[in-house]
Amino acid sequence: MKKKFHCEVDCANCAQKLQDALSKLDGVDEVSVNFMTRKLTLSAADERFDEVFDAVVKKAQQIEPDTVITA
Amino acid sequence: MTSKQKKMRTRILVTIVLYAAVFAFDRLLLPDWLPAIARLPLYIVPYWLIGWDVLRKAWTNIRHGQVFDECFLMAVATIAAFLIGEYAEATAVMLFYQIGELFQGVAVGKARASVTELMNITPEYANVESVTGHLRTADPASVRVGSVIDVKAGERVPLDGVVITGESFVDTSALTGESVPRRVTVGDEVFSGSINGDGLLRVRTTKAYEESTVAKVLELVESASEKKARLEQFITRFARVYTPVVTVSALLLALFPPIFFHQPLSEWVRRACIFLIVSCPCALVISVPLGFFGGIGAASRIGVLVKGGNYLEALADCDTLVLDKTGTLTMGNFKVTQFIPADGYRTDELIMAAAAAEAFSNHPVAESLRSVYTEPVNTSRLTDMRELPGLGTHGYWNGKELMAGNAKLLAQYGITCEPRTELGTVVHVAYDGNYMGCFVASDTIRDGAAEAMKGIKRAGVKEIVMLSGDLTVLVEGTAALLGIDTAYGELMPADKVAKLEELLDRPHRGKVAYVGDGINDAPSLMRADVGIAMGKLGSDAAIEAADIVLMDDGLYKIAATVDIARKTTRIVRENVVFALAVKFAVLILGALGYATMWLAVFGDVGVTVLAVLNSMRCLTYRKK
Repeated sequence: MKKKFHCEVDCANCAQKLQDALSKLDGVDEVSVNFMTRKLTLSAADERFDEVFDAVVKKAQQIEPDTVITA
Repeated sequence: MTSKQKKMRTRILVTIVLYAAVFAFDRLLLPDWLPAIARLPLYIVPYWLIGWDVLRKAWTNIRHGQVFDECFLMAVATIAAFLIGEYAEATAVMLFYQIGELFQGVAVGKARASVTELMNITPEYANVESVTGHLRTADPASVRVGSVIDVKAGERVPLDGVVITGESFVDTSALTGESVPRRVTVGDEVFSGSINGDGLLRVRTTKAYEESTVAKVLELVESASEKKARLEQFITRFARVYTPVVTVSALLLALFPPIFFHQPLSEWVRRACIFLIVSCPCALVISVPLGFFGGIGAASRIGVLVKGGNYLEALADCDTLVLDKTGTLTMGNFKVTQFIPADGYRTDELIMAAAAAEAFSNHPVAESLRSVYTEPVNTSRLTDMRELPGLGTHGYWNGKELMAGNAKLLAQYGITCEPRTELGTVVHVAYDGNYMGCFVASDTIRDGAAEAMKGIKRAGVKEIVMLSGDLTVLVEGTAALLGIDTAYGELMPADKVAKLEELLDRPHRGKVAYVGDGINDAPSLMRADVGIAMGKLGSDAAIEAADIVLMDDGLYKIAATVDIARKTTRIVRENVVFALAVKFAVLILGALGYATMWLAVFGDVGVTVLAVLNSMRCLTYRKK
């Protein structure tokens, strides 16, 4: 499943760092953080999607505390 | 400005006043004999006021093992400056850093707003008719295919569909960039995202929202920034290396000379601080994608969808443009201009045989014949009719062999035909082994085609090549008329791809772009460095195969798109060169002891702000 979320990050470099770190997470097939469109696109297996998404949000907060991710 | 930015602005203003007061007090009133350390409490106040969040962020990041974070580096640089007694500089660096961040945030917000403005074509609601005829307002995404919706005057068409009652003019400029409204009436297609004029339209929807034109366009533009240009990828890779290298050099610079060459520690720490301040690659990381995004936005404003920054980059390097003749340079609507029966045949016999041969064909020539021979063809008398691409049609009529096509086709079946010199596509007809004659259909050249070719040349494309299945003589005539450099005729569909590959393989040449109508040239569109499909509002196949889609058939848009691509690439390159040059200059001057911390701050946030402002120029395109 591929889903898009609204994602606010402070700077383009932060978005890149976030994307690098998030793509290493377990269960994430593909993730992209787009600074310009403020979109986070996450691909993960259907049955694990919610769990993976929670992990993504948690990791994002850890790396960039200012990150806001909403549906 | 967001409320967060407004708060920051207030903080900056208060700090500036406070800093000025402290600075004046320090220089004018404090006696010189006071030890430096006595000034520390003075500067700590504005420093803390402006920098506490940076310090806090640095602290959380270091706990997560993020050493090369911008905040952390800025914190280290300013604290180190404090330790060597440069209080005024340390505070100022933090202050300017925050000012720069604010500027940068506002500039990016502006750019983002203007791009979203361009893409503000999302329909908000649909007026759905119930069985009883009552209207209810619904989210377009929830409307089922086949529903009847009302589009009132001035409303945005929410879903693709066919008009069932009413007539009106619709403004498709948001999708096609074409400002002349299009008249629609019963039976015409309307596309979501366009705006209804004065009339009320009742529309039966033909697509679900996520399949509709507007959703496709938005999806395309949004995901365009995921396809990164080569330059963008380079910057990403560069950023990953640049910061660690500069940081480590700073560390070496601070320790090496004092330990091994008995140099004063404070001086080398000061130089190291300069390194830390310019170690953030933000100027590049922001301005490069922003530039491409702006270029894509500018193109979408004139009704050109670009699927990624990489295609803009490739188009900017394109020196050869290949066009398909039929449907691209010409309208593709043939008109029969002449029937020439062979000796012993009457014109009406020839027409009837031709109409039978072309009965199943959807080739433009066949269409033209149907407008001449309007009676229905008795198709039950036709057997085994096949269309041979690039040749014509072949089959049996009343059990006897019938064919219509070019001389090559007839030759294959051993029938010789008289050579013709008429301008246009000549279709020969043979029945039962006898040559019956031929008819001539000609295609009309699109308005402004010659002008468009001139524009493409002006935009910097060196060679324009035309490919066609028509007779070489005819193709060359058209080419000369339009100012096209090279023309190849008598090409079968497969030959066109081969010819394109030949052009692609030429050594020492730039990129090759291919322009087609997207109907039967998908392989060429995909094979070229940049595939451009035109006139394709609502056609999914073309949108799929092409890299750049012209939403209507305005040929002049090709030149405009090349212009946008070149401008975008130029601006982005300017930024890269400028940012790198300033950063390296600051690094070198810093290492040699000639740079001040002020210069370093300019090298960081100053450059970023200038680069972002420069990138924003990509958003505007003025038609020449």
